[in-house]
Amino acid sequence: MKLVKLIEFLRARLKTVIRVCCGLLALLVLADIILVDKEHAHTAVEHLWGFWSVFGFLGCVVIIIVSKWFGHAGIMQREDYYDE
Amino acid sequence: MNSFWLHPSLILIIGALLVPFIPGRFKRVFLLLVPALVFARVLTLKSGVFGQVEFLDWDLVFGRVDKLSLVFGYIMALMCLIGNLYGLHVKDDRQHVAAWLYVAGSIGAIFAGDFLTLFLFWELMAFSSVFLIWARGRKESLAAGFRYLLVHVAGGLALLAGMVWHCRTTGSWAFDPMDVTNPTVPVYLIMIGFILNAAVPPLHAWLPDAYGEATFNGSVFMCAFTTKTAVYALCRGLAGMDILVPLGVAMALYGVVYAVLENDSRRLLAYHIISQVGYMVAGVGLGTQLAINGACAHAFAHILYKGLLFMGCGAVLHMTGESRFTQLGGLWRKMPWTFVFTLIGGLSISAFPLFSGFVSKSMIVAAGFEEHKLWVGFLLMLASVGTFLHTGLKVPYFIWFGKNQASKEVLDRAKDPPWNMNAAMAIASILCIFIGCYTPYLYNMLPYAVDYHPYTAYHISETLQILLFTAVGFFLLLKKLEPEPVISLDFDWFYRMGGRAFLKFARRPVQAFDTFVGELYRYAGLIPLMLTARLSGLFDMYVVDGAVDGLAKAVRGVGQRLRGTQRGQLQENLTFAFGVGAVLILAFIILAYW
Repeated sequence: MKLVKLIEFLRARLKTVIRVCCGLLALLVLADIILVDKEHAHTAVEHLWGFWSVFGFLGCVVIIIVSKWFGHAGIMQREDYYDE
Repeated sequence: MNSFWLHPSLILIIGALLVPFIPGRFKRVFLLLVPALVFARVLTLKSGVFGQVEFLDWDLVFGRVDKLSLVFGYIMALMCLIGNLYGLHVKDDRQHVAAWLYVAGSIGAIFAGDFLTLFLFWELMAFSSVFLIWARGRKESLAAGFRYLLVHVAGGLALLAGMVWHCRTTGSWAFDPMDVTNPTVPVYLIMIGFILNAAVPPLHAWLPDAYGEATFNGSVFMCAFTTKTAVYALCRGLAGMDILVPLGVAMALYGVVYAVLENDSRRLLAYHIISQVGYMVAGVGLGTQLAINGACAHAFAHILYKGLLFMGCGAVLHMTGESRFTQLGGLWRKMPWTFVFTLIGGLSISAFPLFSGFVSKSMIVAAGFEEHKLWVGFLLMLASVGTFLHTGLKVPYFIWFGKNQASKEVLDRAKDPPWNMNAAMAIASILCIFIGCYTPYLYNMLPYAVDYHPYTAYHISETLQILLFTAVGFFLLLKKLEPEPVISLDFDWFYRMGGRAFLKFARRPVQAFDTFVGELYRYAGLIPLMLTARLSGLFDMYVVDGAVDGLAKAVRGVGQRLRGTQRGQLQENLTFAFGVGAVLILAFIILAYW
């Protein structure tokens, strides 16, 4: 099972994997600032540096917090809620 | 009457009726052969109007073939083939029959050129797919099936009322684009019928309820056909209807919120169907050529990647017997290939570059921006953050990694599924990547000419930033996202609890009536019956005795047979009634041609 070996290999070096990922993220933002032609952007805000990075991160945080708040406001119930 | 036109659904219906009679050895071949024939038939379809039948006062059109119906017909026939490969080892014939009739309904609705034919196949879908829920055989699946049926019957009634009214006012039964700038009441009624099947909130609760409860391969079929047939109907009849834009955007976000709370992997996927169909509904509402192309392309891509995701989670359910995150975790060593396939499905639905969602979803978002509806564009972008968060990250992470919460039995059972399930997932995975890499394959099938290029530097950079920084948020907030062993109340609460309240209220009068009837039966029926029985017993003993023994035995035999059919098993009776119905439809179609 080569696939399992590969996952094992990556899990054993989790710290390095995380570092590489962080490096890639930085490169991505850098490329967005330097390389990408923003001619096709739909709106003015998109010309801000790394706009979509911030959008993605904040969007994720907002979705999680708002949904969990909504869930704990009475939407989430124990599993046998509908049992008689 | 015109020359015979072989309807793809006809192949499936005949095939479905033959399934129980095919001996075991040939069954697997047959289960693949019939969907392959259907797919081949769809490939050979030429544009035009075929299968016109005069029935009483109506002109029924069974085969309207154009680019819009062909793209949907193509992907549905293909998904039927993949779904059958996935469920090839299922021994339960009912499921195969139900799935084929269901797909036949879906394909029939797509090629229908008039409202009556559309309605006929529309109802065939609901009444056959419910057996895919019941076939799971749990107490909960019985109830979920009935709820599913009731909701769809209600939607079907709204649709029928709208159709009849619409045809009264316009004088034509043809299913053509309706006047969406000044919609009348019948148009709204038809819209309600359509958007109920498209699972637009608040008419959506049937979807997670049913798809989370169906059999492991039943859900693979169900996730592909009902909602996408509704998207087709919306594209055909109501393109450009303004109200669909806010409805679509709202449902895209609604599904995301509920997916955060969901603990059952298949219900989570079901909520993401709602979210993804939201893109398509919004695209139909925008109504421009780019938007309609986007809706069709996204439906096409969606059928494959959602099927793939349901196959992945279905494989986990099939092998371990569990689909809840709180009962799973750490399966990567046991089911590595299922993990890879599910991840490919997750990357496709999240619109990663080189995967199918990237080339389809962005068309709708771009159409929103082009129409200067900025809120549409940005809110759909936000929904795609949620999509990756759940389907791309939460599902794979909490099933295959995360805290290992699986019991020893679950872990012992867990391993990669049989070859046919793996093969089906592999084919769907390859198609997802192929669509993402080679855009002309999909774009050439779309109803309008495509002048859209997804692979611009800006679009790739934008998408990668959104998705990868979503992943950052996911890992930072992992603690908050830990699944909880709960269920989330949704709009089905109203009819589940409402039904219960009604029962409570009605129980006393109903019970009183029941007791009364029982008593009446006892006095008027049972006592005389006993008396007669006693008398005839004496008569038998002394007079007829042995001479009629044979006859008595025969009568008893017949009685027992009769009793068997009268056991009050509603499902069995429905199956029977439905089978008779299918035969009648078939007979009608065949006779009408000659």
